[in-house]
Amino acid sequence: MTINWRRFLLIGIPMIWLLVFFLMPFFIVLKISLSDMATAMPPYTPNYTPEAGIQGMVNLWQAFDLENFIWLLEDNIYWLSYLSSLQIALVSTLFTLLLGYPIAYALARSPEKWRGLLVLMIILPFWTSFLIRVYSWIGILKTEGFLNHFLLWLGVIDTPLAMINTNFAVYIGIVYSYLPFMVLPLYAALEKMDDSLIEAALDLGTTRLGAFWQVTFPLSLPGIVAGCFLVFIPAMGEFVIPDLLGGSETLMIGKTLWGEFFSNRDWPVASAVAIVLLMLLVIPILLFQRQQEKAQEAAS
Amino acid sequence: MAASGNTSDVFAPWNDASATPLIRFEGVTKRYGDFTAIDNLTLDIYEREFYALLGPSGCGKTTLLRLLAGFEEATEGRILIGGKDISKVPPNQRPVNMMFQSYALFPHMSVAKNIGFGLKQEGRSKDEIAQRVAEMLTLVQLQEFAKRKPHQLSGGQRQRVALARSLAKNPKLLLLDEPLGALDKKLRERTQFELMNLQEKLGVTFMIVTHDQEEAMTVASRIAIMDKGIVAQVDTPAMIYEAPKNRYVSDFIGDVNFIEGTVTAQQDHEITLQSAAGQDFILHSDKPLAISSTAWLAIRPEKIAVSKEPPEDRRNKLQGIVDDIAYSGSISTYHVRLSNGDLIKAQMTNQRRLSNRAITWEDNVWLSWTDTAAIALTE
Ligand SMILES: Nc1ncnc2c1ncn2[C@@H]1O[C@H](COP(=O)(O)OP(=O)(O)O)[C@@H](O)[C@H]1O
Ligand SMILES: [Mg+2]
Repeated sequence: MTINWRRFLLIGIPMIWLLVFFLMPFFIVLKISLSDMATAMPPYTPNYTPEAGIQGMVNLWQAFDLENFIWLLEDNIYWLSYLSSLQIALVSTLFTLLLGYPIAYALARSPEKWRGLLVLMIILPFWTSFLIRVYSWIGILKTEGFLNHFLLWLGVIDTPLAMINTNFAVYIGIVYSYLPFMVLPLYAALEKMDDSLIEAALDLGTTRLGAFWQVTFPLSLPGIVAGCFLVFIPAMGEFVIPDLLGGSETLMIGKTLWGEFFSNRDWPVASAVAIVLLMLLVIPILLFQRQQEKAQEAAS
Repeated sequence: MAASGNTSDVFAPWNDASATPLIRFEGVTKRYGDFTAIDNLTLDIYEREFYALLGPSGCGKTTLLRLLAGFEEATEGRILIGGKDISKVPPNQRPVNMMFQSYALFPHMSVAKNIGFGLKQEGRSKDEIAQRVAEMLTLVQLQEFAKRKPHQLSGGQRQRVALARSLAKNPKLLLLDEPLGALDKKLRERTQFELMNLQEKLGVTFMIVTHDQEEAMTVASRIAIMDKGIVAQVDTPAMIYEAPKNRYVSDFIGDVNFIEGTVTAQQDHEITLQSAAGQDFILHSDKPLAISSTAWLAIRPEKIAVSKEPPEDRRNKLQGIVDDIAYSGSISTYHVRLSNGDLIKAQMTNQRRLSNRAITWEDNVWLSWTDTAAIALTE
């Protein structure tokens, strides 16, 4: 039997990549999540050293327990963080969609010679560091920031609004940061749509609004689903935005995880939090993939 | 083929001064920026007509349909449907339906949903829609395909769904933009006859756009030949072929040979034209031509006989050498080069087998035609 080297490389390289950069870290985190906290270096036990041999492995296995996962159920903070993250991610995804759809629609209907430039402007913010962009929102939203100054100047308000360090600021931060991830798949779906479909709908007696809901909207559904997942999944685990813009009452699982890891130095619990988050996200990701496959089948 | 006359049993409302047209274009102009796509166009289309717009790509055929459907607004002039100006009526309120060049079937809807789309917009009941959809499916013979999505159909089936969808609301006027353009030749010819039968059966006025002259000749009651935003001639297929108004029309429909000359004599309908080479030709003209004016003799290849011996009984004859023979089964087209270098095309039916053919390449031949075979054109 001859080994098909091309085939081996083609499948093997991505497999090795996944193994080294995804599966191995995953198993390391999983292992830590099953360990106990220790005031040592590394800050957990048991540890495995190659000298311990087979017996060492058995000892290691016997020392594993689900204590940390049980702990996640016992203390309210964790499931409250998961729920709060879920809520923040869902609401921000919805607002990103509501804001992104008209933008994508306008992009797709703009004169062809402008489109390239307009799409470039959507992705232009990526040239600046994400951290700096979120930071600059502090300057806009803080009590003596641009937005309050502007509103005071307009006379809409007479005392500055407390916007920074609230969930409102977190929503703004997420919607702003993830908008391009919503706009681009929506734009791709809307742009390839044939204008004559709308004309055919009008010709058959529907109004512009009717044509939108019966033709444009259903045909853009794959773009909507893709955009929502691309926003929802990272928003769910977001840490930087709630940390910089959110307040003490802003509960997000990313923040909780960070606290466990760096403030409490409880690596095992932090790892358990991460494993549960991953499991929670794998479900929508699998749903997303199934949907993509279906869309692909329909397109061919 | 005979030119259609004024007899009452022939469908020819355009010859009836008392008939009111269903559609009337009154001096319609459409400009895109400073480009004029439709230039001061006036035409009438009557009820139950099968009206063909024929012209090269880019001459404004689609624009004309889009003006009627309401997707474009005329820059100048008026469009009347049943005597009413519809310039301000939006597309969804016009008694007109369009079958799109790309079919524009809704990809996310089944065949039945596509066909029922227009009826649903009218707010008809589910039963009513289902009944009408079934009727339309039977009409286009797609009963078994009601549940399929457009991407699960062949090109010909998609074309029929598009047709059924545009007919479902029973429009006064159906606009068809190159409806057969995407079909192969065999299917196309069959569909042409289906379209004609359907049009006769339903009594709907059809306006079809095509750039295929054979298709227009086959299906249409009248043809409008378009040229860069203007209508060069509107007539029945027979009249367009036999009595074209100018060289553009005669050249566009079928093959034709032109010989330029000067009118030297006219007696009743018989004209004598002298070519640059000094040869006289006799031809037929319905209208009087001024003596010594320039005119063109136009003769169709199939009206020219090719022979090896000089024909004694004909006054119109030319001598030349066979340059090429295009054999296409039942007929052969001879490309004959005259002494002045011009090429004349002549067509003969192949009554004998190829191997027994009397005339072959490089033969010295005579071309001849009768006194009434050629016509005179002044533009
Ligand atoms: N929206 C438009 N903007 C500018 N020019 C157009 C537009 N639509 C059509 N045209 C021009 O008008 C002319 C006629 O187009 P069209 O009616 O589509 O021709 P046809 O259907 O006979 O091929 C073409 O030269 C085309 O480029
Ligand atoms: Mg066209």
